[in-house]
Amino acid sequence: MSLPIGKKIVFYTLLIITAAIVFAPTVMAFVMSFMSNKDIMTGSMPSVLTFDNYVKAFNQFPLLQYLFNSFLISIVIMLGQLILSSLAAYAFVFLEFKGRDMLFYLFIATMMVPFEASVIPNFHTIRDLGWIDTYPGLSVPFFAMAFGTFLLRQNFKQIPKELREASLITGMGDFKFYLTVVLPVARTSLVTLGAYGFLTSWNMYLWPLLATTNDSVRTVQIGLKQLQTQEQLNDWGVIMAGAIIVIIPTLILLFLGQKQLQKGLTEGALK
Amino acid sequence: MSMPNTIAEPIESKLDFEHYKRKERIKSWAKGMLFLLPSIILFTVFLFYPLVRTIYLSFFLTNAAGETTVFVGWENFARMFNSPIFMQSMKSTFLFVLYTVPLTIIISLFLALLANEKLRGIGIFRTIYSSTMGISVAAASVFWLYLFHPSIGFLNMIVTGLGFERIGWLTDPTWALIAVAITTIWMNLGFTFLILLGGLQSIDGYLYESADIDGAGYFYKLKNITIPMLSPTLFFVVTVTIINAFQTFGQIDILTQGGPQNTTNLIVYSIYREAFVNYQFGSASAQAVVLFIIILIMTIIQFKLGERKVHYQ
Repeated sequence: MSLPIGKKIVFYTLLIITAAIVFAPTVMAFVMSFMSNKDIMTGSMPSVLTFDNYVKAFNQFPLLQYLFNSFLISIVIMLGQLILSSLAAYAFVFLEFKGRDMLFYLFIATMMVPFEASVIPNFHTIRDLGWIDTYPGLSVPFFAMAFGTFLLRQNFKQIPKELREASLITGMGDFKFYLTVVLPVARTSLVTLGAYGFLTSWNMYLWPLLATTNDSVRTVQIGLKQLQTQEQLNDWGVIMAGAIIVIIPTLILLFLGQKQLQKGLTEGALK
Repeated sequence: MSMPNTIAEPIESKLDFEHYKRKERIKSWAKGMLFLLPSIILFTVFLFYPLVRTIYLSFFLTNAAGETTVFVGWENFARMFNSPIFMQSMKSTFLFVLYTVPLTIIISLFLALLANEKLRGIGIFRTIYSSTMGISVAAASVFWLYLFHPSIGFLNMIVTGLGFERIGWLTDPTWALIAVAITTIWMNLGFTFLILLGGLQSIDGYLYESADIDGAGYFYKLKNITIPMLSPTLFFVVTVTIINAFQTFGQIDILTQGGPQNTTNLIVYSIYREAFVNYQFGSASAQAVVLFIIILIMTIIQFKLGERKVHYQ
């Protein structure tokens, strides 16, 4: 059904104005990252566009190292979450045993404990394990995930139980059934959850700030903070170049997976 | 000799059967635990233990390494509630929730309603609206740090262009919390929009068709179909936005560091400063306990209210 012309004009006007406002800070940062510092400081329109800010950002800061760290940590967290969530979801859907319901409530209860409120003992745990400034220290605490378990549980429920019974009769064990049947069937949900996990891990701030003290494992988010606080000359072009580098991977991921992500998040949120 | 045998056999096989059933039960329990154990171990180490430990620490004084030194009972809590700095922090946190939550929801709902129309090129607008979800707190804060810059920032250019005095967005106690709230609302738009759009799209089109036949207008349909049908999604989004607002940290760290005059010293930043700058882990834990209780109460209220008011399909 198509709208009348008058309504269409109203909608498009509102769409364009709101989109311009929402997108303005990002576009501004993008343009500034190619501007000379003189243009930025005088508030004029860009007179020249250059890559100087990017060259400077990479030369003055170990940005490549930060990027590598962020990629590694985000991918490890993503894989950890996928494995643990899918194993747990499998147990909640297909296996029957004493205490299962109680454990399910335990998983729900975890969603009420904010990570921020338990950050002090976690910091001490990581320190006592000797995990400060290490990749495990930055990733392992985030592997277990109630939201991911619920999302996959919803999805696994759609797989007929008879399928499992049939596989068990043919001598296939639970683990093999999980690997060869359940995971492939649920791959869209796994991709959605993976994208979400990568996104949130890449954007983590408080924990990497606490758990890193040097450049070797520091993530790009904390690198950006360093860039911003250490830029003595207020070189906004360089700072914005750094910020653009930080957001490019997640923006690409979001643009590619927006539809999937929206569907997956809504499902996980409401059922 | 054959008699006892014939009697004993069924008993034995019954015992066998019981035994077998028990063995099966243990086996299936072990298997279930095997699948769940990785999650349970990590939840225990990084969630439940820290929770208990935080409560424990809140009754002690600690040394710089975080080891308990003196048991002080409720003294950390008593001192905390008598401290003007902590009370300021609580006040700012609640104000911040009040500033950010309703506006985030209203703006996102407006955007989601616009983006739910079937128009050509709507995908581009959906992508733009959801884009802030891909922007990290550090990057978003840096963008707005520039926008709020007193002399070269874009916002003050507009303000002075309109003939007003420059605003010290991040240095004036009356404006700083508002500035942080603006940044936060912008950051949260993408996620909230995406969830609400998903909720709108799952409403059955049939409902609108029958309303159209009755000649219902746009706002009539919005009030009587869209909002009631969207209520479970709205309920979820409100809960998540409130909880997120209580956990705000990154924006504060980059934009204001809790200043000016502690007006933006929100509770998580306050915990961070007390624990990792002042090394007062006991009193920091007491604050963390308060944060935990607030979030627990919020969740319970939401569940109770949600149960009654929410229309489930």
